[in-house]
Amino acid sequence: MLQIDLWKRVLIWLVCAAGIMLALPNGFYTRVEQANDAAADIIARGETPERLETAGQWPSFLPSGLVNLGLDLRGGAHLLAEVQVEDVYEARMDALWPEVRDALRPERSTVGTFRRQPGPADQIRLKLSKPDGMSRALEVVRGLASPVTSLTGAGATDIEVSADGDILVVQLSEAEKLASDDRTVRQSLEIVRRRIDEVGTREPTIQRQGADRILIQVPGIGSASELKAIIGTTAQLTFNPVSGRGSDADAAPGIGQKIVPSLDEEGFYYTIEAAAVVTGEDLVDAQPSFDQNGRPAVTFRFNTSGARRFGDYTAENIGEPFAIVLDDEVVSAPVIQSHIPGGSGIITGNFTVEESTNLAVLLRAGALPAGLEFLEERTIGPELGQDSIDAGKIATVVAFVAVLVFMGLSYGLFGLFANVALILNIALIFGMLSLIGGTLTLPGIAGIVLTVGMAVDANVLIFERIREELKAGRGPAKAIDEGYSKALSAILDANITTFITAVILFAMGSGPVRGFAITLGLGILTSVFTAIFVTRLMIVMWFERRRPKTIEV
Amino acid sequence: MRLRLVPQETSFDFFKRAKLWLGISALMMVVGFASFLFQGLNFGIDFRGGTTIRTEASETVDVGAYRDALAVHGLGDVSITEVFDPAFEEDQHVAMIRIQAQEDGEAISGEMIETLKASLDAVTPGIKFVSVESVGPKVSGELITTAIIAVALAIAAVLVYIWLRFEWQFALGAVAALVHDVVLTIGVFSELQIKFDLAIIAALLTIVGYSLNDTVVVFDRVRENLRRYKKKDLAEVLNISINETLSRTMMTSVTTLLALISLYVLGGDVIRGFVFAMIWGVIVGTYSSVFVASTILLKLGVKRDWSKQANTTGNQFGNIDA
Repeated sequence: MLQIDLWKRVLIWLVCAAGIMLALPNGFYTRVEQANDAAADIIARGETPERLETAGQWPSFLPSGLVNLGLDLRGGAHLLAEVQVEDVYEARMDALWPEVRDALRPERSTVGTFRRQPGPADQIRLKLSKPDGMSRALEVVRGLASPVTSLTGAGATDIEVSADGDILVVQLSEAEKLASDDRTVRQSLEIVRRRIDEVGTREPTIQRQGADRILIQVPGIGSASELKAIIGTTAQLTFNPVSGRGSDADAAPGIGQKIVPSLDEEGFYYTIEAAAVVTGEDLVDAQPSFDQNGRPAVTFRFNTSGARRFGDYTAENIGEPFAIVLDDEVVSAPVIQSHIPGGSGIITGNFTVEESTNLAVLLRAGALPAGLEFLEERTIGPELGQDSIDAGKIATVVAFVAVLVFMGLSYGLFGLFANVALILNIALIFGMLSLIGGTLTLPGIAGIVLTVGMAVDANVLIFERIREELKAGRGPAKAIDEGYSKALSAILDANITTFITAVILFAMGSGPVRGFAITLGLGILTSVFTAIFVTRLMIVMWFERRRPKTIEV
Repeated sequence: MRLRLVPQETSFDFFKRAKLWLGISALMMVVGFASFLFQGLNFGIDFRGGTTIRTEASETVDVGAYRDALAVHGLGDVSITEVFDPAFEEDQHVAMIRIQAQEDGEAISGEMIETLKASLDAVTPGIKFVSVESVGPKVSGELITTAIIAVALAIAAVLVYIWLRFEWQFALGAVAALVHDVVLTIGVFSELQIKFDLAIIAALLTIVGYSLNDTVVVFDRVRENLRRYKKKDLAEVLNISINETLSRTMMTSVTTLLALISLYVLGGDVIRGFVFAMIWGVIVGTYSSVFVASTILLKLGVKRDWSKQANTTGNQFGNIDA
């Protein structure tokens, strides 16, 4: 019958109270957000009176979790980048080539002379003058292989050596490619994260998607292009000896040299030694600054080993030019005036202040191991987001009021119970969204509005059932009891099936669609909870107090 | 005095014109499908690749001038539409510019966006790009695949769930209704050429969920009544069940529609297509759970021997208590 244990009653009200408490901060969004930021600042950078005051705007004993606003509501930039994992294969082959050469040299008598053939960048193709020596050559080169360091590739070696007629082919094995891809993407992810953190924006989302993609969402940034400028550049910095300069891009470089264009002077090319003296990996710091003429520049500092190599090189080559090369373009090629022992220096060029600041950020965060290609770019202006929030708010309130009035007219007192449950329902959705750090998107608001409409369904099912039981001549207590127990299977079946679709949406969707799936799914959970526990409890409490002889639903 | 959408006692015969209703549904499905085949959907950039730019200016939108300003850049197919919304300010003029996907697999470059902005600024000074979205063709192809998988997966999952909870005839009836709803929704989108993007897939799945919700409630009652009225024939039991749940079906549809219509009118133009799909879905879903799902169930027939499970009160969740 209509008995609910005390502990169950307490538990139900506690859950509701917890939901309201958790949802509360969202009612004071800006205030709580400022307070949270100030509190984070205090931890990160120490206390100041202003920060303490801002942090005090929201009492610390109250929950301070907020619903994240999606990019479509807050404005910001969204990028989907694909890591060009193949870039790394080429670098690996170039690094392997000297080793292969050195290993084969002592075997000249059996393999004859050998020469690297043009071919795909991820292979080394060697033509042997004595094809009979192929088996020996294969054996020697295979000796260079080392085991793959990954869980799935256990037992495999990193390179694959095969013969194609009189040509020896060396390439990375499939297992090594997989391991290398994974490493490349993880490194890229880390570097992208460091770069964005350096710029210091709020709550960026940087996550891996699929095998070789990175999803980057930064709220509050002006445009996707701005974001791309920060993360899209490889920022591979090297210092190379210069052996010549000219205006011919196709001039044949000597062995171990390459021709790279100048960054600022169009039509000028430098011939540089391919082997760098020092690279960006040896940098420990880079800061934007100005040169003696007051032009924007970047100062940098090497670590000890980098500083030693740089010092030695400058000492030995006074009067010679050397090139500062960024992503295969010569930023500048100063002449070494004197020995530079301290391991620090300055990069000058035709920079704007913004460019020098960006370059410093990029150099500090490190170079990307491979290029990024952008498959998807979205910029949403903050005004549009604000318009959407405003429209969403009005629509939700109107929908809410319409449903409340309609329920009240249709079910009288019971309708009011359902309405209280509906209000609790919204509070619970926001409470849970805040708790799990969910993101509210525009379709998410639609999900909430839809929930407002559908949440009453469970109550409608119950009330209709109670009406039927009353019609069948049962007493009030019996009718309520039967109404609840008989409606239960329909409520559960109906909501489980909808929940299944919400789960699928969440698993398959991304961005805004996922936001919709979250609010829809949470809405189903909370509406079932409020219908079968909260309204029931309210009805039971009312019934206990009044003991009505007849009820009208 | 209570507001009642349907009289307390109803005894409509929902199967008197079953053939007519099935015929209408079949015809609408054929029309929808044909429209989809011949006219095709107006795919948004999520599925087709390309770029959309939402512009905002205080001067009125001159579509011709915009087009001329953009034509010089040789971006291929560019379509420009003015957007209207009651929520806009007096001097807020919004246009959507859509540019086809470019040759390479990447999204459009930032420099190009700046160039376009400069060109439009010459026509309408102070024009703002409030949102720019660009999707490369590589991703859009995958998004289509994912979307189709999602819808298929949802329907399959539901089929299995209902099969487990009811009988296979119920599952087939429910899925027939779902397919009906999905086809009709896609048909409307293709017929009216409303932009079909990722959000619409979300709407489709919600329609699947909603329509099912309705169907399951009716079926649940059918299952119960099949045990109660062992002597009555199936058509009669189905009619009784639909009549008994009719009040609830109408109530829920109306509250949901109330919420959706307020969102449609007041929620802004960004999600209007999405909300339209849902409104349509609620109407079609309500119709289909009565006229499609139940009719199919009637045609398939149901096993009537429930005696073995009759010892429970008719549902497995009946013993859950608050």
